[in-house]
Amino acid sequence: MTTTSDTYNYDPTQPADRRQTGGVTGWASRYVDERTGISYVVREFGRKIFPDHWSFMLGEVALYSFVVILLTGTFLTFFFQASMAEVTYDGSYGPLKGLEMSAAMQSTLHISFEVRGGLLIRQVHHWAALLFVASIMLHMLRIFFTGAFRKPREINWVIGYVLWILAMAEGFTGYSLPDDLLSGNGLRIIAGMVEGIPFIGSWLEWLVFGGEFPGTAIVGRLYTLHILLLPAAVLAFIAIHLVFVVTHKHTQYAGPGRTNENVIGVPVLPVFAAKAGGFFFVVFGLLMAMGAFFTINPIWVYGPYDPSPVSAGTQPDWYIGFADGALRLMPGWLGGPGGVPMEFTILNTTYSLNILIPIVVLGLFIVAVMIYPFLEAWVTGDRREHHIADRPRNMPTRTAIGAAGATFYVVLFAGASSDLVATHFKLSIESVITILQFSLLLAPIAAYFIAKRICLALQKKDRQIVLHGYESGRIVRLPGGEYIEVHEPVDEYERWKLVSFNDYEPLMIRPNAAGRIPATERVRASLSRWFFEDRIEPVTSTELEVAHHH
Amino acid sequence: MASNEPTDIVPADDHGTTFTDPGTAVERADAFQNPGLPPHQLRVTDKDPKAAKRAERVIVLLFYVSVIGSVFAMAAYFAFPIKPNDLGSVRLNNVFIGLGLAFALLAIGIAAIHWSKALMDDHEGIDIRHPVAGPPPVQARAVEIFRQADRESGFNRRVLIRNGMIAAIAALPFPAIFLFRDLAPAAGTPAEAYSHTLWKQGTRLTKDPTGDPILASDVTIGSVFHVIPDGLLKSDDMLEEKGKAAVLLMRLEPGDLHVSPDRKTWNYDGIVAYSKICTHVGCPVALYEQQTHHLLCPCHQSQFDITREAAVIFGPAVRPLPQLPITVDSEGYLVAQSDFHEPVGPSFWERRGDYNV
Repeated sequence: MTTTSDTYNYDPTQPADRRQTGGVTGWASRYVDERTGISYVVREFGRKIFPDHWSFMLGEVALYSFVVILLTGTFLTFFFQASMAEVTYDGSYGPLKGLEMSAAMQSTLHISFEVRGGLLIRQVHHWAALLFVASIMLHMLRIFFTGAFRKPREINWVIGYVLWILAMAEGFTGYSLPDDLLSGNGLRIIAGMVEGIPFIGSWLEWLVFGGEFPGTAIVGRLYTLHILLLPAAVLAFIAIHLVFVVTHKHTQYAGPGRTNENVIGVPVLPVFAAKAGGFFFVVFGLLMAMGAFFTINPIWVYGPYDPSPVSAGTQPDWYIGFADGALRLMPGWLGGPGGVPMEFTILNTTYSLNILIPIVVLGLFIVAVMIYPFLEAWVTGDRREHHIADRPRNMPTRTAIGAAGATFYVVLFAGASSDLVATHFKLSIESVITILQFSLLLAPIAAYFIAKRICLALQKKDRQIVLHGYESGRIVRLPGGEYIEVHEPVDEYERWKLVSFNDYEPLMIRPNAAGRIPATERVRASLSRWFFEDRIEPVTSTELEVAHHH
Repeated sequence: MASNEPTDIVPADDHGTTFTDPGTAVERADAFQNPGLPPHQLRVTDKDPKAAKRAERVIVLLFYVSVIGSVFAMAAYFAFPIKPNDLGSVRLNNVFIGLGLAFALLAIGIAAIHWSKALMDDHEGIDIRHPVAGPPPVQARAVEIFRQADRESGFNRRVLIRNGMIAAIAALPFPAIFLFRDLAPAAGTPAEAYSHTLWKQGTRLTKDPTGDPILASDVTIGSVFHVIPDGLLKSDDMLEEKGKAAVLLMRLEPGDLHVSPDRKTWNYDGIVAYSKICTHVGCPVALYEQQTHHLLCPCHQSQFDITREAAVIFGPAVRPLPQLPITVDSEGYLVAQSDFHEPVGPSFWERRGDYNV
């Protein structure tokens, strides 16, 4: 096919045929183009450049696992019955024979034990769902720690954040569908939490479950959410997310030749398409292997839902762990029984702070995740577009905040396994929970300071390397008897990675035109001091010259 | 597409100062200059035709491994069928179909990636970024279009029309909210439902899940019974009722029980019955420690001391488990004296403060 206009001699009045330039490919391209105008798209995006880095794969893993979820999920819908109608089990799984259970549970057992390949697809679906949330969160951590949420990508951060919430909702609704003992207890916990919400709690539970828990409606309702509403929302948000990735062009790490005004990498056709397309098959293949070899969610071991039995060591799917951990770590009585009760009645209405505080804390945590990009932009006042991803060490305070947030999440997550931690390490459950309660308050603070100090130390090391070169390990004895280690200078390409980063100074507070200092500016200035008081400046060429003269 | 025509390329810093305000960022005159792209490094497959040939063979082989994997998966479908009532056959079916498909998928993936890394041209491509915002004339035109639409429609001039439209659209969602009312039952309130269980005066305590009545003499000291009310298994709302009525029955040495004055008659010779539904968020408090007489909720580790009327001794729960007053009937079977004196399970807004007072 010809691409430049001067040799472009297509005459729309003549029928296209193979004798025109390009052979079969040219003919087929023209056939499609004359009906779709797609050559514009191919011209714009066919050689679009994508930077290459392993950490850019995390979002791809999320996308591909979602595709796997859609494919396997569609298969499952052909067999699954979203009904809580009571049936007597008469399938292949002996231990449950003759037991009363819902049609949902029975059809899930049918998929697992009678449909050929059914267990495989069910397990691939579940593993893919676990991987979906995990890869989204790792992707978010990558974006956070490299500052890839800065202008112009703040809105795309929020869209990705919404996808994280939707992914957890998809996971939880799907997990609840088989109506087994474990997921039923999960729903029981949700119902109990909802009941604890002031004013509307009991009615909200009444509406969601169609009456008293468990009722006969919830599985059907969750199914509608799980296979219709939520996937449509996920698809829509993924579409917007990717449109923005194309619009903004991908970020790249600092490196020689890479600037804020260019993108260096591989073209979509053929290299990126081959790599990314191949990677989809790798992700799918690994999930398939996991479905083949590793059991996940063996509902036949748990049995059908019954409000009375529950076994020790119950765990939610991992991504709900932080919420469950928050419920576990909230003490009912501050200072132990006999202290301050976290639930009380005033005027014959009940306030359940033991439920409310975890809900509020989790809410604040995830809202903080959402608004962080806007907060940082406000503090720095930086309105420039940023397309070079930061090395985490070069924004010590941001990295420290991220470390604190991640630690907070991990402690909550550990809280959800407090009983298993206790039995595994032969500790008392009380001491494990008490330690985690204190950790929840103190460990993020410790993580903050440790991460910040590590970043500053790494920055200092970078400065040392730029100014004095690498330690070569070669010891030389000078004629005077003195021993020195020879330092090898870094080349200019290596040096560029170490010196090209954004450096901010704390905001100097100044009166505005009216001669006043508004309160918001005072807050901003103190935040700015918090962010940038401790900072290591990048080496400048002047400094390097001075160092060389020594 | 038009914005990417060569004539529209605008240097990144051509957007006026508001877009490029660096804030508190420090811009140094003597900062290092970008050294530009390092020289392109040739790969082994670029330099050595034998290596390229080897890579080609590996890639071809991998694609055919994938075909073999697909064929293997189909063969496994028949070679390892699921036999009725044979769980071992399910396992084999699962493993071998999965193995075939995993090979089929992984081989395609690895082949494509190897192809792209070893054989496809790996020269760095460069795209130029343009500011995300449209250039000033485009922005100005967009603003102008909104103004024009406003002028031509009179949106801000004919204020009555505009406000009427906003009112109409704002009112429209409310009927939808009302339509959702029937997600919940039309009659009754949740508070009423939570406040009553199947237990009535004279209801026999029966074993969960068989429904056999329990003789007081069968409850030996240290034993624990999972209990449901007689008639529950025939109830229409079996699970809902069980979720409220489930009870744990234990017998302690009467001397171990600290009984408050108004509950003197609620136990029968050291046999006590407590709601099994946790007062935190409603999990069954199913784990009983015989030596300490503590109950542990496996969901969130709330602990209740049965010797002190199921008071909370640890964990996120606040209230004790409600006690079911029990006695024996003329045949010696354990029966309830009444329903619980307070709602069982998690707290809710309408829960009063004056139960058991």
